[in-house]
Amino acid sequence: MTTVEKPVYSVIGTRPIRPDGVEKVTGKAQYGADVHLPGMIYGRILRSPHAHARIRSIDTSAAAKHPGVLAVVTHGDLPAADDRVEELGETAVNVRELSSNILASDKVLYRGHAVAAVAAASPHVAEEALAKIKVDYEVLPAVVDVRDAMREDAPLLNEARRTKSMGGQVSDRPSNIASHNQFKAGDVEAAFAEADVVVEREFTTKMVHQGYVEPQNATAAWNSDGTLTVYTSTQGAFAVRAQLSEILRHPLARIKVVPMEIGGGFGGKTVVYLDPVAAVLSKKTGRPVKLTMNRAEVFEGTGPTSGTYIKIKAAAKDGRLTAVKATLAYEAGAYPGSSVGAGAMTMLSPYDVENFEIDAYDVVVNKPKTAAYRAPGAPAAAFATESAVDELTKKLGIDPLDFRRNSASRMGTRMVNGIAFPRIGNEETLDAAINSPHYRSPIEGPNRGRGVASGYWFNAGMQSSVTAAVNSDGTINLIEGSTDIGGTRASLAMQLAETLSVPYETIRPTVADTDSVGHNDVTGGSRTTFASGLAVYEAGMDVRRQMCARAAKLWSVDPDDVVYEGGKLRCTKDSTRELTFSELAKQSARTGGPIVGKASLLARGAGGAFATHIVDVEVDPETGKTTILRYTAVQDVGTAIHPAYVEGQIQGGVVQGIGWALNEEYAYDESGRMLNSSFLDYRMPTTLDVPMIDTIVVEVPNPGHPYGVRGVGEVPIVPPLAAIANAIADATGHRFTDLPMSPRRVLEALEGLE
Amino acid sequence: MRRSQVQTRLNGNDIDFLCEPRQSLLEVLRDELGFTGSKEGCNNGNCGACTVIMNGRIVNSCCVLAVETEGAEIQTIEGVAHGEKLHPLQQAFLEEAALQCGICTPGFIMSAKALLEREPNADEARIRHWLAGNLCRCTGYDKIVKAVLSAEPQLQEAKQS
Ligand code: FES
Ligand code: FES
Repeated sequence: MTTVEKPVYSVIGTRPIRPDGVEKVTGKAQYGADVHLPGMIYGRILRSPHAHARIRSIDTSAAAKHPGVLAVVTHGDLPAADDRVEELGETAVNVRELSSNILASDKVLYRGHAVAAVAAASPHVAEEALAKIKVDYEVLPAVVDVRDAMREDAPLLNEARRTKSMGGQVSDRPSNIASHNQFKAGDVEAAFAEADVVVEREFTTKMVHQGYVEPQNATAAWNSDGTLTVYTSTQGAFAVRAQLSEILRHPLARIKVVPMEIGGGFGGKTVVYLDPVAAVLSKKTGRPVKLTMNRAEVFEGTGPTSGTYIKIKAAAKDGRLTAVKATLAYEAGAYPGSSVGAGAMTMLSPYDVENFEIDAYDVVVNKPKTAAYRAPGAPAAAFATESAVDELTKKLGIDPLDFRRNSASRMGTRMVNGIAFPRIGNEETLDAAINSPHYRSPIEGPNRGRGVASGYWFNAGMQSSVTAAVNSDGTINLIEGSTDIGGTRASLAMQLAETLSVPYETIRPTVADTDSVGHNDVTGGSRTTFASGLAVYEAGMDVRRQMCARAAKLWSVDPDDVVYEGGKLRCTKDSTRELTFSELAKQSARTGGPIVGKASLLARGAGGAFATHIVDVEVDPETGKTTILRYTAVQDVGTAIHPAYVEGQIQGGVVQGIGWALNEEYAYDESGRMLNSSFLDYRMPTTLDVPMIDTIVVEVPNPGHPYGVRGVGEVPIVPPLAAIANAIADATGHRFTDLPMSPRRVLEALEGLE
Repeated sequence: MRRSQVQTRLNGNDIDFLCEPRQSLLEVLRDELGFTGSKEGCNNGNCGACTVIMNGRIVNSCCVLAVETEGAEIQTIEGVAHGEKLHPLQQAFLEEAALQCGICTPGFIMSAKALLEREPNADEARIRHWLAGNLCRCTGYDKIVKAVLSAEPQLQEAKQS
């Protein structure tokens, strides 16, 4: 572990057991699908078999008469939605499009698009009834590839859609290109003309899924007083509540969203699919209704991340990166809103490059509407940049990490959006990679190669609200509203323990429902340990202030003469006056009532994260299979609150990246039918596909957080695609520009070489 | 649909239940008996989240029909700890931070338990081979494999005492 100017902490940096751990290893933790309410019935959803079709009519009469069926709903059962954009935490959504995605209105835009839903006494009965719903479709030509969709003669998903450009221009012709943005500085053409070397390449990546093991689920109870309670698996209960409120036109305060334990999300569980359907089915039947997806529905009916096409031209002079010109086109899926903007804004962040011109296109296609997936937009863009940089260094005969070090961004370097970086740890991360045991060891043997790549992610701040209620025995209930996907109950409790200098075990954190805590944005953007951590720190400071005031009252001294230190209250004027945290907690009733620390904030000062990865591979020339021999991920995390969970985030992100690089893809036939909507055919990495993932945690504290926290979770998925491609290029002499680099693709390419 | 009565042994207790022939063991465990510790990730045998031990062998309970369990001995995640005393594998998963979201954890613990009962000294390669039927999307497997390795000496100690 590399450390830069690190203060001494007592709790931060230790590895305690998480508060929710025992429940999770004994099977007692309640996930969304585990909810069982009295009188509960089950829903199932009918989905479109076509990638693109007009719905002429839906006849639900036979289904409604099927024995055991209690209700059938279609889009007509949802209130009419406004054509307007709502900010919903991390993303902005068009309410009408969101509503049409929940249950299709006039058209289905992808195979798997929800069309109708049935509630029945058992899921099997509901399933039987689905077969009795008659939908009359007028099948339309479909377009599933981003470049095809951009052609002028492409089938249009929406005849009214025009291309919006930066500065508010709108195209006069209808198009599948929803938006075009540009980032530009310097003079790329002049820089290309005087460069030592120039590389120009085109890259493609396929649509891939987050692959969380727990399918989406929602259980809704519409009560007779008009209040609605929804139990669900989500990264953000308040985001679900906001979407329900918009779609159902129901006041926020009358909707309670109970966040159950969540079985993975990675960005995919920020938008709603089932929740509004469960709500209207419950309203119609007067019974609680549970909906769960099966795995094929998860693949076909939820939001994966974009397939992409990226063209890049990059130049170097005097051993530095001097110019980049790039065109990025991302598939948004059925409705606009891909992550292309973030791809464009992160792809050059590891470099201090003066001349660039980046064009970003958001394109609709007949596939599921994309959702966020871990550092959304960045991995595909980094695949292009980092592959091109690798080729530049090969042409120049320079060590790829030295080249990156020479061109590295640092504090003051401007990002492509013109904003200057605050203190960042890019150079420290590169130095740690250069000096790592992995990079210093040789790579030997036939068909083996080594690759490196860097990556960047912004990390988010946003809104958090917490309360810390001090109990009379000195224990503390920490009430927070951030979904705990991978140990944030622990990382938040640890920050409170540090702030108050009390033992970690005395703090009991609870993730509350939307009735019980102030607004919290989604657990996404690597924000929770940072932003909710900031709120926890502020709430802890609030407790300290209140305790100082109480002690001053007890001692009849001026509050300014009381200090809180090491979990004790002391009078600076009288050394005999001292109370421990618990002693004062015991006296709260006598000194003015409960002591409750609060903080609600909009966190600014999120610190961006850099990562550099090193990977060794062996490519089997007989089968085309790539084996990952060794992997080291180096990352600036700011401060590692709970190092084991930091390592875990890095390792998990790397392995998702390995899957994306080598195997994962949405495979389609020409009609727009997904061919591999099961875990068997959509092959995510198993224990056998990966080695141990070594991590080197660099700590360059974020000045925007009292403990220096940066976000951790997302950037680890950014470098692997390019790092592995670069390693395969080193091993085989062939540069792969299309993902995934599956055995078949590799074999075809190697055979072509001979 | 006509329901049949099934008698079986679940976590050491004799039980009986009624089920439809089309219901899987996983469905009966979760929806009829309230044992929701076994999880559903795919419902077709590809993720291992529903792993239980049946007659000493690990099975994907989503792929076993409930009626097939007549007379069987079934162990689920709920039967692994003894009261407040965790099984060494459960303790190791906690200490090694081998779970993030935790949805895969019951399945991994059941699979690993069956392995270590057969091969108490399984090495990394063997563990990776044995656990290849259990998907985890959060951890990258590193800490899971380490947790299983670290449980081995604890388990042997527990056996001896
Ligand atoms: S749910 Fe049984 S294997 Fe996935
Ligand atoms: S911990 Fe989330 S799937 Fe394994």
